[in-house]
Amino acid sequence: MPTVISKYTAPAPQSAPARETIAMSAPHIAAITVEKAYRKGDHQVPVLHGVDVSVRKGEFLSIVGTSGSGKSTLLHLLGLLDGPDVGEVQLDGQRIDDLPARTRDELRNRVFGFVFQFYHLLPELSLIENVLSPLMIRHSIWGYWKRRREYHERAREMIDRVGLGHRLTHKPSELSGGEMQRAAIARSLVAHPEILLADEPTGNLDARTGREIIELLSKLNEQQQLTIIMVTHDPSIAAEAHRTVKLCEGRIVPFSDAA
Amino acid sequence: MYKLLLCQRYLRSRYIALASIISVTLGVATMIVVNAVMAGFSSEMRTRIQGILSDIIIETRNYDGEADAEMHKQMVHRLIGPYVAGVTSTVEVYGMLSFPYGGQFIHHPVTLIGIDPASKSEVGPLIDYLQSYHRQDNGGEITEAERSRDHRPDWTLTPAAMEYRLRIAELAREKAQFLQEVKQQGHGDDAGLGGADGSPAAGGAEVAAGVDANDPFGGMQRQAVEPAAAEPQLGELQTGRLYIGSNLISFPHKDETTGQVRTIYMVRPGDDVKISTVSAGTPSPKYFDATVVDVFKSGMSEYDSNLVFCNLEHLQQIRQMIRTNPDGTESRAITSVQIKLKDYRDSDKVLDILRSEFPPDRYTVRTWEQKQGPLLAAVDVESSILNILLFLIITVAGFGILAIFFMIVVEKTRDIGILKALGASSSGVMSIFLSYGLSLGMVGSGVGVIAGLLFVRYINQIEKVITWLTGRKVFDEKIYYFKEIPTHIDPFTICWVALGAMAIAVLASVLPARRAARLQPVRALRYE
Repeated sequence: MPTVISKYTAPAPQSAPARETIAMSAPHIAAITVEKAYRKGDHQVPVLHGVDVSVRKGEFLSIVGTSGSGKSTLLHLLGLLDGPDVGEVQLDGQRIDDLPARTRDELRNRVFGFVFQFYHLLPELSLIENVLSPLMIRHSIWGYWKRRREYHERAREMIDRVGLGHRLTHKPSELSGGEMQRAAIARSLVAHPEILLADEPTGNLDARTGREIIELLSKLNEQQQLTIIMVTHDPSIAAEAHRTVKLCEGRIVPFSDAA
Repeated sequence: MYKLLLCQRYLRSRYIALASIISVTLGVATMIVVNAVMAGFSSEMRTRIQGILSDIIIETRNYDGEADAEMHKQMVHRLIGPYVAGVTSTVEVYGMLSFPYGGQFIHHPVTLIGIDPASKSEVGPLIDYLQSYHRQDNGGEITEAERSRDHRPDWTLTPAAMEYRLRIAELAREKAQFLQEVKQQGHGDDAGLGGADGSPAAGGAEVAAGVDANDPFGGMQRQAVEPAAAEPQLGELQTGRLYIGSNLISFPHKDETTGQVRTIYMVRPGDDVKISTVSAGTPSPKYFDATVVDVFKSGMSEYDSNLVFCNLEHLQQIRQMIRTNPDGTESRAITSVQIKLKDYRDSDKVLDILRSEFPPDRYTVRTWEQKQGPLLAAVDVESSILNILLFLIITVAGFGILAIFFMIVVEKTRDIGILKALGASSSGVMSIFLSYGLSLGMVGSGVGVIAGLLFVRYINQIEKVITWLTGRKVFDEKIYYFKEIPTHIDPFTICWVALGAMAIAVLASVLPARRAARLQPVRALRYE
C-alpha cells in the first residue's frame, strides 16, 4: 500500500473552521502549473495553460468560467479522472498524478467523492445499491459480505440525510432530477471521502432544487470539514463557497463578485 | 461484489443478449443429438460386428485352409489358455445360393461359413441372431419364440418347421402321384401336365425323378455325400443344414391399405435350397442341397445380405478338406479360428503371443477392430468431421455474441465511466463483461444440453411427428435396419460440448471487454 493512502482515515465530524484558519493551513489538494490538451482528429486542442490552484482542508472552493474555459478539465485533473500533460497534482504535498493506475483507482474510491451534472447513477441498480456502489467496488465479494450490515446502515444514514429514506428500492428512472442528485451526493459521501468534487451539481436542476442542493453541500462542508471543489457557471451558486477562482481560456484570471 | 451484481442485472435485463445465445443453445443441442445418434449407430454396429467375428480371429491365407482343426484349438489353449473364454473353428469360402420362387430360380452370391453352432455360441451371441429364439413382430403379425435360450444351437428343425416340411413333402408326393395316375390313364398330353416341351414322356420322367423342369441344376450330377440310400423318408432333412441371412431370402413389402411394412419370406425354415461352391486343391465346382434350419438376422445389412452358415463337417466333406492320416485318424482343415477373450483389454498381449507362433506367411492374426479397420475408421472420420462442422456453427454464433457485446459496451460507455470514477479498476471493468459472457455461455449451454437430452430421449416420438407433418418418412427402417433410432449418451461428450460452447462465449466477449477496460473515464462520462 503506498504511503500516501495509509495517511488517510475517515474524518470525524467537527465544527466548521473559521475562514481565517483555512487560509493559514497547508494545501489539502493542489494543481501545480498544469497544462492539458485534447486531441480532436489530427489536431491538439489546448484546454489548460499552466494553471495553479490549491485548496485547503475544509475549504469550499468554487471554480467559475464560461463554457470551454477548462473548469471541468481542471476538476477532472484534481480528481485523477485524467492526467496533466505538464505539471503536477499534489495531495497533502505529495504528487499523485504519476502514481500507478491501481493506486489512483484506490484514491478515487477512498479519498475523492464525485457529483456530476447529469447524476450518473447506474440504471440497473436501486437507489440504495447505487449509494453502496463505492463500497462494493472497494471490497471483494467476501470482504463486502462480512461488512454488509455496517455498510447498509451507513448507506441508509446517508440516504436519510439527503431526504430520500422513502425511496430506497427505487430505480433511478423512478426518481426526479433533484432526487437523483441527492442520491449522487449520498453515494459520493458513503465512503467517507475527504474531498468532494462537484461538476455543475445544479446545472440540470431548476432554481429551487438547485438551491436545496447547494445548501446541502454547504451544510456538509460546515459539519464535517469536508473539502469541496465545485465547478459552476452560475455566480450566485458560486457565491455560497468560501472562495472562487475564475478560468478564462484555460488560465486563471482575476475574479470579482461584481463581475 | 459490484461485478457480480452488475453481471446479474445485465443478464436479467438485456434480452437481446439472450437472443444472441439462442444460436449457441441450438448448436449445443444439435451437437448432443448428432453425437448421441452417431454413437448409437456406431455402438450397435460395433456390437454386431464383434458378435459375428468374436474378439480375435486367426485366418489362413489359403482358402483351402490348414490342417488340423483340433491341432489349432490345442495350440491356442497351450499359448493363451488363461486368457481364453471360448474357441471355435470355421471354414469360410465364397459360394452361390439358389432357390425357387415365383416360378423361377433365384441365385445370389454368398459367403459360406461352416461352423459348429455349440462352440460358435461360446465366442459370440449366435443365439441373439437366430430368429427361432426370438419373438417376431412382422408388421403386426406376432410369432412367439420357438426355442428357449437354454436350448444349445444345433442343426435341428423346430417342431413348427418340421410340421411345415412334412406338409410340403406330403403335398409334393400327392402331386407326383396325381400326375402319375393321370399319365397312366392316358391324359399325359394335356397341356400343363407334361414337360417343358409339352412331351408327356419327358414330363413324366422328370416328374417321376422329382426334378422340376425349370431346375437349372436338373441335368447335373448331384454331389454324393453318402452312398445312395434306399427311398428317403418323407420330409427327411438334407445332410447339409443352414442358418441363412434374412436379407438373402426376404424382402420388405408395404401394405398400401394399412401402411404397415411386412417382411415377405421367399424361403423359410424347413425349405431346401441349393448351395454351390468350389473344392479345395484343384478348384472344381461343387454343389449340394441343404435344409434351412433357421434364419439369421444380426441387424447388419452387410452380414444379413451375405452370410450363410453351414454345418462345418458337411462343408469340409463337400470341399474335400478331409484327409486320412496314416494312423487312420481324420484331419479336417479349417480356414479360421475365432477366440473370445475373458478380458478384451488383454488383446494386445494375446496378439503378440499368437503372432509369434502362427507364421505370418500362412496366417493373419487380428482383433475384430483390425479386421474391420477401414469400416470403423470411416465411421470415426465421419463423426470427427461432423463435430468440427457443428463446432464451426457454434463459433459463428460466437461472432454474433461479439457483435452484440460490442453494442452493449457502447451502450454502457457512460456507466463504465461512472464505475471508473468511483474507483473501479480497468481489470475489474473487463471482468464484468467476461463474467457476462461466461454467464450467457452457461445459460446457453445449459439450455442447449437440456434441450439436446430431451430431444434424444424422445427422438422416436419426434420422428413420428415430423413424418406426420411432412408426409415423408424421416427414419425408414427398410433403409436403416433398426426399428427405432439407436442413441447412446456419453457424459464426457456432453461435458466437452458444453464447456466448449462456454469457452466460445467467453472468447467472444474478450474483445468488447478489453474495449470497455480501456475506456478513458472522462471521455466515457461525456459519451452520448
